[in-house]
Amino acid sequence: MKMVIAIIQPSRLDDVKEELYKADVHLITVSEVLGHGRQKGITEVYRGAKEMGNLLRKVRVEIAVNDNFVEPAVKAIVKGAKTGETGDGKIFILPMEQCIRIRTEERGSIAIG
Amino acid sequence: MNAGDTAWVLVSTALVMLMTPGLAFFYGGMVRRKNILSVLMQCFFILCLVSVLWVVYGYSLAFAPGTGFWGGFQWSMLNGVGLEPYNDYSATVPHQAFMIFQGMFAVITPALIIGAFAERMKFSSFVIFTVLWLTLVYAPVCHWVWGLGGFLRTMGALDFAGGTVVHINAGIAALVTALMIGRRKNSEKHIPSPHNLPFVALGTALLWFGWYGFNAGSALAANGLAANAFVTTNTAAAAAGLSWALIEWIRNGKPTLFGIASGAVAGLVAITPAAGFVNISGALIIGLLVSVFCYFAAVVIKPALGYDDALDAFGVHCVGGIWGALATGLFATKLVNSAGADGFFYGNPAQLMIQVKAVAVTVVYSGIVTAVLFKAVDLVLGMRVSPKEEDMGLDLTQHHERAYTVLE
Repeated sequence: MKMVIAIIQPSRLDDVKEELYKADVHLITVSEVLGHGRQKGITEVYRGAKEMGNLLRKVRVEIAVNDNFVEPAVKAIVKGAKTGETGDGKIFILPMEQCIRIRTEERGSIAIG
Repeated sequence: MNAGDTAWVLVSTALVMLMTPGLAFFYGGMVRRKNILSVLMQCFFILCLVSVLWVVYGYSLAFAPGTGFWGGFQWSMLNGVGLEPYNDYSATVPHQAFMIFQGMFAVITPALIIGAFAERMKFSSFVIFTVLWLTLVYAPVCHWVWGLGGFLRTMGALDFAGGTVVHINAGIAALVTALMIGRRKNSEKHIPSPHNLPFVALGTALLWFGWYGFNAGSALAANGLAANAFVTTNTAAAAAGLSWALIEWIRNGKPTLFGIASGAVAGLVAITPAAGFVNISGALIIGLLVSVFCYFAAVVIKPALGYDDALDAFGVHCVGGIWGALATGLFATKLVNSAGADGFFYGNPAQLMIQVKAVAVTVVYSGIVTAVLFKAVDLVLGMRVSPKEEDMGLDLTQHHERAYTVLE
């Protein structure tokens, strides 16, 4: 079992969702985050007060998957999120110790899907 | 000079002023959160810009006695526009009160077009385009319909409060700019959802409130005609809100807030040319039917043809405005306004043809000149922001501000 975490551009979320559905990955969690990597933040100005290098809005997608779904999920995210520009984001894959479905208390692979 | 009339026209001016910020929220709620400031900014910028242009030369071009095409420059800097009434426009209120009342109409008209090109126009180009449009489209059309010697006025076209001058004019310009600037990025697959419907409701409320000044103020007197316009305005807005909600209820199973708000605005648009010429049954029919036409334009025709009139400036203002102008030719009666004319249903079918002509002239002139102005600014400055800027949003890239923080 793996945890796939992707940080993507907000405007790509619709396409990423669509690609994930196509790859049969339906269970995702999305949150709004701030950050920047190589892409510098933009300077904001409020009544003359400059805020340098402010953080940019990003979307974080979390997907818990069984091992055989890792590659399809990664491919789907790349397909939906890639524009070729700086700031397209990153995907992190983490090992996942356990997964428990609260309603039934099932554990392990069966609880993911 | 009449104190009551003057007070009412000045209060109406303030009411119409409030419509532009109202429109800003109406439109601002419909865009994505990364673009709301750009829409509010465009509206507020127009409020400031056109207010200045209007007293410098705009009022003169639109209203000074001039050629059949437009007024001259002789009233520039309000030269000769004094505190005494100017009898040919308003015999009982100061000329400057009439001037500033008209100024608020000139402010909101270019602001209506924003709905078509929202979320993708470069701000500097927008400013230049607005100046050109006010000068070469709004001023002449306004002169034709309301100015001394204007040929549509002479022809007998009825436009009580600006259905042709404001709504058809801006609405057709909206369609042209939407077609020329092109679709928003990635909008083919996913039509962007409105980010704040409470703002849409707030904007609708402010528009509705301000519209009493727009229509009842256009009587230019505190009299029975103003009361007639007030009542027909409220009735048409209410009927149109109900009928839009009903259409959704039948078609989709649920009525929506966005729908009833859109319907109310469509009703206000449609009653604008008719408010001082029709009675209450005319107002009811105008209101009930306008939502059918505007709903069809925005929900059926637009997706079928594929143009991206982002916030339905054409679908509501041009379609609703044309229905209002034609309906004025159907339902107008001299029993309401002896200075008006009878319409089709009151034994004067000729009036309908006059209305058709006025609509056609406006659509053709505004459509062509808007296209030329758009193309000219596009060639020199470029109308559209870069794809990267469009992704990041106009608030950050055009104004270096953002509306909402994520943390704190």
